[in-house]
Amino acid sequence: MNAFIAIVRRDLLLAARRKSEVLTALFFFMIVVSLFPLGIGPETAMLRRIAPGVLWVAALLAAMLSLNRLFAADHQDGTLEQMSLSPTPLALLVSGKVLAHWLTSGLPLVLLAPVLGLQFDLSPRALGVLMISLLLGTPVLSLVGAIGAALTLGVRGGGVLLSLLVLPLYIPALIFGAGAVEADVAGLGAGGHLSLLGALLALGVFFAPWAATAALRIALE
Amino acid sequence: MSQRLVNWFKFASPASFYPLAGKMWPWFAAIGTVLAAAGLWISFFVAPTDFQQGEGYRIIFIHVPASWMSMFIYCVMAFWAAIGITFNTRLSGMMSSALAPTGALFAFLSLWTGALWGKPMWGAWWVWDARLTSELILFFLYIGYIALTAAIDDPRRADKAGAIISLVGVVNVPIIYFSVKWWNTLHQGASVSLTKAPSMAATMLWGMLIMALAFWMYSIAIALYRVRAIILERERHTAWVAELPEMQR
Repeated sequence: MNAFIAIVRRDLLLAARRKSEVLTALFFFMIVVSLFPLGIGPETAMLRRIAPGVLWVAALLAAMLSLNRLFAADHQDGTLEQMSLSPTPLALLVSGKVLAHWLTSGLPLVLLAPVLGLQFDLSPRALGVLMISLLLGTPVLSLVGAIGAALTLGVRGGGVLLSLLVLPLYIPALIFGAGAVEADVAGLGAGGHLSLLGALLALGVFFAPWAATAALRIALE
Repeated sequence: MSQRLVNWFKFASPASFYPLAGKMWPWFAAIGTVLAAAGLWISFFVAPTDFQQGEGYRIIFIHVPASWMSMFIYCVMAFWAAIGITFNTRLSGMMSSALAPTGALFAFLSLWTGALWGKPMWGAWWVWDARLTSELILFFLYIGYIALTAAIDDPRRADKAGAIISLVGVVNVPIIYFSVKWWNTLHQGASVSLTKAPSMAATMLWGMLIMALAFWMYSIAIALYRVRAIILERERHTAWVAELPEMQR
């Protein structure tokens, strides 16, 4: 467990020293979200309808952008090989890296989403549901993304390939995440969608580090 | 018993599977051709015109078997991937990569024929219905697999990486299917199911089943043919390939 905490702290420290990478993904999120009203037109009724979907798709893309750096630097300088040789199970270390990735790329999106939601004239209640859905959903994005990042490690054209592999797997999170807000706005209650997102998260926490570890071992061979 | 087991594992070696596949694929191809001819004859000349959908319904004789095959081939791919990871056999990865293009082809065919059917029946080439959408996502999963294995130069690493992505995919397919299903559904209910009596005329059902069998035979034949090409490509430096009669020419 000490190793887990150590690796989370190390990755957070590294992210704090290289703030531009984290901030780039955040600004990307803001810009993509702000593009939609420009493309579609400023009618509030329309914006309110598309807001959950737009915010969620933008969150998906922003999470994708930062996935590349999840293992790449450690792979280049050989840290990853040392990790795989350490007595601590690699899956635990991978979970630590995923948690740190979520704290630097997912959590800021959750905190930023209500501000962007205001641009779309969402009600305070809908903003709350949006935040909860992102809070449950963005860890799933980091977890599933870790598998893709491990598989494309050191592969030609890794970035584009990563999106091809990972985006189809993100679809359930997108559907339930955006669906939760829509269901709440329609007065149906977001409980069901949020429970399913929670189920996805539980599955992801259990299986994704394991699959990502298997993929890393292949890349390290 | 142990003798039999040894015999089965013998074919896990590319060198002994290559001639076996060479003997088998023409048979599957021949059976597939005969079945396809019979199935097409039934579907065009024997099966009655549907009283609601007219002649347009005949596209299901291609569409439904293609959709079945696209889903089934993904499961077979994942099966070989699991075998490859567990037993570390080279042939399993080759089988997976030999099956992927056929699966992608069937997924595409199913989407294409579905669009042709949808235009006269629903009045739209494409609707965001649960089954169409999951078929589209399945197509993306195939493309992802093919792209990943093509991007990695070392074939052994490509096989293993492909195995992991296809296993992750096969776990995700039901999740994706149900999420899309709850998201939106408009497709007509399944016409053939294992639990209730089929809601279509017997000749139509026969036509569809024969076409499905023909597609099976085609898939097996083409997968064996392709796996032979992959074996030759990867084992071209070995002595047994150099001794093959087709390499002597």
